Formats: sequence, C-alpha cells, structure tokens
Amino acid sequence: MTMFGYRVPMMASLLVWCVIWEIVGRSGAMFLIPPLSDVLVAVVALVQTGTWQAAAITTLNSFLLGMFFAIVVGVILGVLMGRSTTADSLLGIWVNIFVSAPLSALVPVLMILFGMGETTVVVTVFLFAVWIIVLDTRAGIQGVPKSLVEMGRSYGASRFTLYGKIIFLAALPEILAGIRLGVVRGVKGVVIGQLLVAIIGYGELFELYSRNFDMVNFWALTIILFAAAMGLSALIENIEKRVDYYAGVR
Amino acid sequence: MRNITAQAATAAARPAGADVAVEVRGICKMYNEIEALRGIDLDFPAGKLTTLLGPSGCGKTTLLKIVAGLIPATSGEVRVNGNTVTGPGPERAFVFQDFALMPWATVMRNVGFGLELKGMGKNERQAIAQKYIAEVGLSGFENKYPHELSGGMRQRVGLARAFAVNADVLLLDEPFSAVDEQNRRKFQEDLLELVEKEKKTFIFVTHSIEEAVYCSDRIVILSRRPGRIAQIIEPEIDRSASPDAIRRDQGYLDTVEEIWQGLKHYVD
Repeated sequence: MTMFGYRVPMMASLLVWCVIWEIVGRSGAMFLIPPLSDVLVAVVALVQTGTWQAAAITTLNSFLLGMFFAIVVGVILGVLMGRSTTADSLLGIWVNIFVSAPLSALVPVLMILFGMGETTVVVTVFLFAVWIIVLDTRAGIQGVPKSLVEMGRSYGASRFTLYGKIIFLAALPEILAGIRLGVVRGVKGVVIGQLLVAIIGYGELFELYSRNFDMVNFWALTIILFAAAMGLSALIENIEKRVDYYAGVR
Repeated sequence: MRNITAQAATAAARPAGADVAVEVRGICKMYNEIEALRGIDLDFPAGKLTTLLGPSGCGKTTLLKIVAGLIPATSGEVRVNGNTVTGPGPERAFVFQDFALMPWATVMRNVGFGLELKGMGKNERQAIAQKYIAEVGLSGFENKYPHELSGGMRQRVGLARAFAVNADVLLLDEPFSAVDEQNRRKFQEDLLELVEKEKKTFIFVTHSIEEAVYCSDRIVILSRRPGRIAQIIEPEIDRSASPDAIRRDQGYLDTVEEIWQGLKHYVD
C-alpha cells in the first residue's frame, strides 16, 4: 500500500483501526465496545489468572487431540482418494458435502452421542478440520507428476518406498496448505464446540463474560484467541514456504 | 545408408553376427478401443543406439515404456538378454522426457537415487554419483537443486542417474525435446561420446529426423496409428568426423531427406 508517495507496511492499517476503536471506546457511545487500552490491560491480567490458564489448557488439549486425528485421517483419506478412483467416487461426494456443510448444526447431535464433555469438543474440532485436509491432500496427490511415479517404479522402488520417498513428498506443499486451512477451521471448531457444550474451557469463559456483560474481559479473550489462531496459521505458512521453495520447478 | 524395407524387415531385423540385447516379439497394445501398436517384431543390437522415429501418436513412447516394463502389452513379448520382461528391472534404466527429477533433492541425491533404492550405502553411492556427474559435465553442481539448473542441465542429471545404476539397456524417451536448440546440439554430441564410452545399448525415441540421423546406428520408422514398422534405416555415417562436418555430410543430408519423404504423407 502506498500513501502520499510513501510505502506503508500492511500492519499500519491495523494501527488505524486500533485508534478508531480507542476513540469509540472512550466516547462511551456503545457499552459493547470498551476502550482498547482497557482491553489490553485485561489481556495481561487475564492470562495470569488460574481460571484462564485452566481453560486454555483444556482448550488446547481438545484442539490438539482433534487436529491430530484430523491430520492423520485427512491425509490417509486424501492419499487414498488421490490414488484410487474407486475410493474417490465412493467418498468424494461425502467429503464435498461436509466441507461446505454448516457443521455447527451438528454439534447438538454430537452432544447426544458423545456427552457434554471434552469428547464432543474433540470430535467437533476433527469434523471442522478434516475435510479440507482430505480435499487438499487429494489434489496434491493427483498433481504428482506421472513421470515421477514412473521414475520410481523404473528404478525399482517398492510400493512402500514409492509412497514414502516420492508421492508423499511431491504432494507435501498441498498437504501443508490443507493442514494450515484445517488449523484455522479447527480453532473455530474448538470454540463453537465449547460454546455449545458451554461448561468447559474457553467456551465456559466466553459464556460467563458475555452473560455478565463483562465486555472488557470478553474482548480480551477474543483477542488472545485471534492472535493464537493467526500465529498458528503463520507458523504453518512459514513451513509451507520453505517446502514450496524446493518444490519450485514442478 | 542402408535401407531395409518393411517387407524384409523381420528377416533383416536380426542383425547378422551382432548380439541382440532386446527382442520384441509380436507386441500389440490396445488402449480400450484404440489400437496403439500392431504386431511389432524388432531386435535391438547390443552396444548400438537404435532410434524409434515416427509421427506423433504412432506409439513410439508406448513401445519404449513396454520395453521398460512400465506399461503391459496387450499381447506379445519383450525379452532383455533372453529374459522375458514382466516389469521394470535393474538391467534397464529410463530417461524421461520431462526429466522426472525430485525437486526437493540435490543433484547428488537425484543422480544416486537409483542406487539409494537398491539399498546401497551413502558413501558408496555418492562416489558413483560423483563419477557420473563429472561424466555428464555437471561437476560443481552437486549440491544444487533442479530448479536452479537449466533444462539441458536437468536432463544431464536424468542421464547421469540412468548411467549410475549401470544398466545394460538405456531407454531414452524424447530426452532433448524440452531442451533448447543450442543445448540440444551440444547434448547430442556429448551423448555420442557417452555411447562410445559406456558401451551400452541405447533405445532412443525422438520425433526429430535430424536428431535420429545424427545420433543413431539404426533408425526404426513407425507408421501412424496403429503403429507398425514402416522402415528400418541404418545411416552408416562416419562418426570419426567432427560434429560440424557430419552435419554437412552428403550422406547425412540424403538420409534426412529420404526419411522426410517417407514421413511426409503422414503430415496433415
């Protein structure tokens, strides 16, 4: 972005919005929006409380567990669908339905199946994240150059080495892109899951603050969550860029 | 130049006295309803470079991949050193049209990959890879990645990888078609030196008449789909002359012309 002939970094726009938020907050026009400075102070205070730390650990736990299963299942299904047309036509329609379906609507059903606890949240994270990983992995596998597979076969690679040393690595950029998008969806999943279950982790805190109109703490919680999601996504993007560099000539 | 007509091909396809490295017997290939190859009988003499030449879609690459064991024939048989081909084998190495290099691996690892798949130890295979990297003229590029190399250099990596596994038969699928013209000429000259030096059997697929005549001991011309043997020509060019002299040689030019006359009616 350029402004008055100067190159302005992308983050500068964020600063503008922060200033607007502060002004609106200070004017007291809307009680829903407290001044940003108060919120930031609350962030610092909040992370030091035991309640927040316990909630964060519960949440992180559910998230990581759900993501782990989503990545394992997603990559395996994606590879299967990318390599076998039978698996592709058998599963393709379901994956495409679920990737665009409003999964939040399913959470109450999950509660009946898995109870009012962490299991439901883990399953929610899994369901939010897994489909996009399947689709991206499938696309990556299908994009592996045919000649690279033939090369492996003609130089005597076994089926196992063919997958481990060639197909998987060749599809890695797309698989990582799928995981990055899956992580972002997984964060949504963990919050929605906990909100609807409403008795554990971050969801419980959100529920507590919004019900008591404690907007300062509510926004503090939101900012921490956003920062965490963006940080995770940026981390994976970083790995992705490094892999893309080596895969540059495909 | 010796022209062996199609009628006499089956008899003359067996070169008198010379060893035969690859025998192709009654190969037919159907892709669903489309007949790609029909009744191919062909012998490839050991230690020679034989070119498969023909209009696009004549099945020359298909035939090469059947010899490689990468695609099964519908009927017929291929024997390499007397053994029937059922799949890829260590006595054959393939050079790909699009190089088929692993973009995440260095030149060194790519060249040694055939040996890596055989389970050879790292030091041993790097020593062998090093030798062939030098032989194809890529010394100093061992730790580069494929995207840092030009097209011609990438194919040199593909060639070094094929040499490194020490196969008897090298199968080259239009190896120079993705290489620019200047590099291609230099590469053809280098290839001839390597053919001389390595004493291996080369089967070479190309659609360039000049390339075929320049490089080959024997040219097999395939007809349009379904692919059949239309002509077998042995250019008999004196290769002791300099590359530039060869390209101006009357015998060379006549052979190019004759093949062109034979192929012209396939062009729309």
